[in-house]
Amino acid sequence: MNVVVRIDAAELHYTPLNRMVRAAVRDGEKEIVIDNVLGQRFIADGLVGEVVITVNGVPGGDLGMFMRGPMLVVHGNADHAPGNTMDGGTIVIHGSAGDAAAHSMRGGKVFVRDDVGYRGGIHMKEYEEKHPCLVVGGTARSYLGEYMAGGIVLLLRLGETGPFVERGIASGIHGGEVYVRGEVDPGCLAVGAKVLPFEEAHRERIRPLIEEFCRYFGNDPAPLIVADYTRIGPASARPFAGKYTWE
Amino acid sequence: MCGIISVVDRAGNLMDGSKIKLALSLMDERGSGEGAGYAAYGIYPEHADCYALHVFFDNIIEARAAVEALLRAWGTIVHDEEIPTCDQPNLKKVHTPWRYFFKPDAALMSGSSSSEEEIVTSLVMKVNTTVPGALIYSSGKNVGVFKAAGWPEEVADFYRIQDYRGYIWLAHNRYPTNTRGWWGGAHPFNLLDWSVIHNGEITSYGTNRRYIESFGYRCTMLTDTEVVAYLVDLLARRHGLDEELTVRALAPPFWDEIDAMPEKEQNLNRAIRLAYGSAMMNGPFAIVVATHKGIVGFTDRIKLRPMVAAEKGDRLYISSEEAAIRRMEPDLDRVWMPRAGEPVIGRVY
Repeated sequence: MNVVVRIDAAELHYTPLNRMVRAAVRDGEKEIVIDNVLGQRFIADGLVGEVVITVNGVPGGDLGMFMRGPMLVVHGNADHAPGNTMDGGTIVIHGSAGDAAAHSMRGGKVFVRDDVGYRGGIHMKEYEEKHPCLVVGGTARSYLGEYMAGGIVLLLRLGETGPFVERGIASGIHGGEVYVRGEVDPGCLAVGAKVLPFEEAHRERIRPLIEEFCRYFGNDPAPLIVADYTRIGPASARPFAGKYTWE
Repeated sequence: MCGIISVVDRAGNLMDGSKIKLALSLMDERGSGEGAGYAAYGIYPEHADCYALHVFFDNIIEARAAVEALLRAWGTIVHDEEIPTCDQPNLKKVHTPWRYFFKPDAALMSGSSSSEEEIVTSLVMKVNTTVPGALIYSSGKNVGVFKAAGWPEEVADFYRIQDYRGYIWLAHNRYPTNTRGWWGGAHPFNLLDWSVIHNGEITSYGTNRRYIESFGYRCTMLTDTEVVAYLVDLLARRHGLDEELTVRALAPPFWDEIDAMPEKEQNLNRAIRLAYGSAMMNGPFAIVVATHKGIVGFTDRIKLRPMVAAEKGDRLYISSEEAAIRRMEPDLDRVWMPRAGEPVIGRVY
């Protein structure tokens, strides 16, 4: 038996909407479809469990914030910070995301089919077995991976040739890695960020992410797996240590 | 955090205010119920040749008499009335909004190529600084601002904005942070043909204010956005800069970007940064400026506030959130996120 719970979100505020989602998860439902989503923020925030939630429409900001476990599939563009401080689970966005996608994410994966705005992956972090990942099919705006402390940002730049030119890449990064398909304009690398060698071990690290991305969005993984990537990481573990006078 | 949305119909078709009310209300969480407002162009066709002065009166005896004496000294009041309002349970009517359709007497201000505008500007500054209990918050031709301290839907219903029909609409939902919320501090801010809505804060307010006051403007509304309206009036109207150069002066490219430009462009950008250094705005912002000719939206150079643009036929939308635009028009031709510091321009054909 495969029952799908459907929620009509038309004219519904996010508070009752989230209550309905939580009640369904509490009742053991495994699949929820929310239709007519328009601007409701905080969808599935703090939600714990194994459930697939389809969001049809344009959700508001902070989708899946603090979430641990569920899978959210969005058919539309997400607003600011989907996956904000997310702990586990997966967000798949069939569209673009606003600024600060995957903000402070600490576990799980976010896949964006198209583009992300400014500060994608800002302050992502990792801890022991938790390694958050942000995979973007299109391109990103400035300050990608800003203040990053852990995890992986993978920018596939589908359809883009030429170098990636956006200001302040990985500004203040002190952990984690940013992978950009193709070359990166050296002038765009921010203070504290450094281009690191891209070797077979790194290709193997991003390969499952590429394959998963292609499963969701129907792309051919082969050319993306063999492509050249620029790998960016921290120049040191404490890039701004010298800024503090008491040291 | 604040919420902004604006729309221009580039063919000049009129839209009533019912949809923008819904769009702004969708962003209620971006405000705190302490300020919301709307501005519309094309709403006063029967008095299109008059300056429409919207005034908040604390009382309609002394303050009103003082304002009317000034207006009669400088021109003719063609028509005046209390702005119709409809009581809302949670909106306290602390001011009485009034409107004057005013024709200044240009002969009284000699030696200026824009006498009427100079008279109106100086009347706005004079009333707002010297007449206790009166504030002129809207002063353009065929344009009007409707604002109060309340939630977007309450303010819309208070003024019955669905009864107005304009080809440009601006709407703002305020979350006051640095100064208290009050009617005059709600957006949009207007002077003559210029109206401004703004999400963010102008951290360079002190510098900008000193600069703009040296040209005779007076800041009276206790909030940073006011300077933007006056800066745009100075740069675009009095100094004659076009939209793109005005935005470039307010949110200029970084020096390292200027260094990398071809020489001619470098010289122009250097000149703008040097000439208008004190007009440059710092801090996080997303702003929409309107005139009767169209709208311009732009953000700060490092994109610390959201801004989404969209098109459907003749209509161009600019907002904090895509969902708000889709509340007005679900089926869009194009949606995009403009680059930081680069203007999105919607000109009436």
